[in-house]
Amino acid sequence: MRPLIETHNLCKSYNGTDALKNVNVKVDRGEVLAVVGPSGSGKTTLLRLMNLLEMPTAGEIFFGGRDTASSDTNRLTLRRRMGMVFQQAVLFNETVYENVAYPLKIRGRFKEKNDPKVRDALKLVGLSGFEKKRAIGLSGGEAQRVALAQAMISEPELLLLDEPTVNLDPRNVSIIESVITKVNRERGTTIILATHNMLQAEELATRVAVLREGELAEIGDAKEIFRKPSDFLASFGRVLNVFTGQSQLTEGGTAIIEIGGGVKIEALTTRTGSITIFIRPEEIIVSKSPIVSSARNMLKGKVEEILDLDQSVQLKVDAGRQFTVNITKKSFQEMRINLGSEIYLSFKASSVYTV
Amino acid sequence: MNIILEGLVKAFWLIVSLDREVYEIMFLSLRVSGTAVMIGALLGVPSGATVGLKEFFGKRFLMSIINTLMGLPPVVVGLLVYLLLSTSGPLGVFQLLYSPEAMIIAQLIMVIPIVMGVTISSVSSVSRAIREKALSLGATDWQMTLKVLKEARLGILTALIVSFGAAISEVGAVMIVGGNIRWATRVLTTAIVFETELGEFGLAIALGLILLLLAFLINWVLTYLQWSGLRR
Repeated sequence: MRPLIETHNLCKSYNGTDALKNVNVKVDRGEVLAVVGPSGSGKTTLLRLMNLLEMPTAGEIFFGGRDTASSDTNRLTLRRRMGMVFQQAVLFNETVYENVAYPLKIRGRFKEKNDPKVRDALKLVGLSGFEKKRAIGLSGGEAQRVALAQAMISEPELLLLDEPTVNLDPRNVSIIESVITKVNRERGTTIILATHNMLQAEELATRVAVLREGELAEIGDAKEIFRKPSDFLASFGRVLNVFTGQSQLTEGGTAIIEIGGGVKIEALTTRTGSITIFIRPEEIIVSKSPIVSSARNMLKGKVEEILDLDQSVQLKVDAGRQFTVNITKKSFQEMRINLGSEIYLSFKASSVYTV
Repeated sequence: MNIILEGLVKAFWLIVSLDREVYEIMFLSLRVSGTAVMIGALLGVPSGATVGLKEFFGKRFLMSIINTLMGLPPVVVGLLVYLLLSTSGPLGVFQLLYSPEAMIIAQLIMVIPIVMGVTISSVSSVSRAIREKALSLGATDWQMTLKVLKEARLGILTALIVSFGAAISEVGAVMIVGGNIRWATRVLTTAIVFETELGEFGLAIALGLILLLLAFLINWVLTYLQWSGLRR
């Protein structure tokens, strides 16, 4: 199958500074590609080039097999098959209805007042009944959802999202994330999502492209990339529970890694010497008393910090080294955890990932 | 003191008695300045929007010329149009001198830089993000320009208010190219000058009051539009 969008040695420089260097990306129809990287790594530039808002300095972009550089008319035609949501929601100073109807209007597909498509688009983002409101009076999250409705109303084949949930509250983040999943599953919309939120990328994307200083550092299956994140990915990706220590092999085919603070961790690795490991917060089991299980690691610690995360509760636990764990609200209440509570952390040797 | 009082009484009488000459003068003022502003808007808004949105060589230079022309002295415009339209001038064949059309042309020359200048600045103040947003949603360049103009609607209304105010209160240009001919090219401002010179203070004050009233009414309507535009 021909990819929906494809870049060939894409380069972009601004005033002699390279923002993108030889980027080759192919995205198939129906895929969700997350583009991750620290700020300034070229995510936005890549998306803007794909939306044909700017011309590349060198290289080509093919959309649906067509060269996007051929003519301005061609670029307009192709751009009309995409939708883009910018990091900062930009809306026109008019009503929500007029904002959402605009893409239909300029395509000559507008059915005047009360177009059911506008209603559907607003319903998609959970803003039914917002038609008559002024766009400038909306909250950041609402504005971003209107922007998403605007991008989706023309039923684009490709939806480009540039950090759509950055600086938004958790409720709006989860609404936007669920809309992304929904349009991908139900309408088959291909999605390219730029984000520096690893959890978001992991949750939404089928494939991940990692950008580093304008270059494509890695690209591949999301599960694989997040199972074994590179040093670089771990360095900006808010990967938690990252420790560096000395690894020594045991007779049982595992390794013991001393990470300082008197903490020894057993891991399934054959590497020795200095290594970096991490444990995902959700793979750590929390208990009030020692438990008997197959988990090779059990640490005792004190709760130092409690963070309410909307869906779950995040605990920072001092077990010699500080660990971060996530538990559900229900467990949190049932276990009666307070600051200073002593708890046990258990995790399997196979939950210890090496970088 | 007596003169002023007498003048006021006479002014009041001229206005309420619907004095034909006074109203004729008033309507000519409105017609000349209104037409100049309308044509000025038709030419100045699109060209101002183009200059404001496009990047091209010499843009800054052009903008400083426009800014200079915004403060063009009406008398100089009058002189220029006079030279153009006089029988021996390049446009003399049209025999437009001392006609309302000549006055419209003169005021148009004054108004265009104002409309363009204010349009350029209000269009440029619409953020780049709005322009890109329109393009990203699939707008053609032309559709994007219309959207930007809509976003800049308050600034453009300001342009119209300012230019109408400048046109209707201007005296130098219409005096030179219109000639202040009774029943033909006499407008409020030239009439005030004329009547004051004659010592006809009553008529002069009446005309002055009407001029103020007109300026106020038109500004009031436009400001009202501006405010509803703000809310819209």
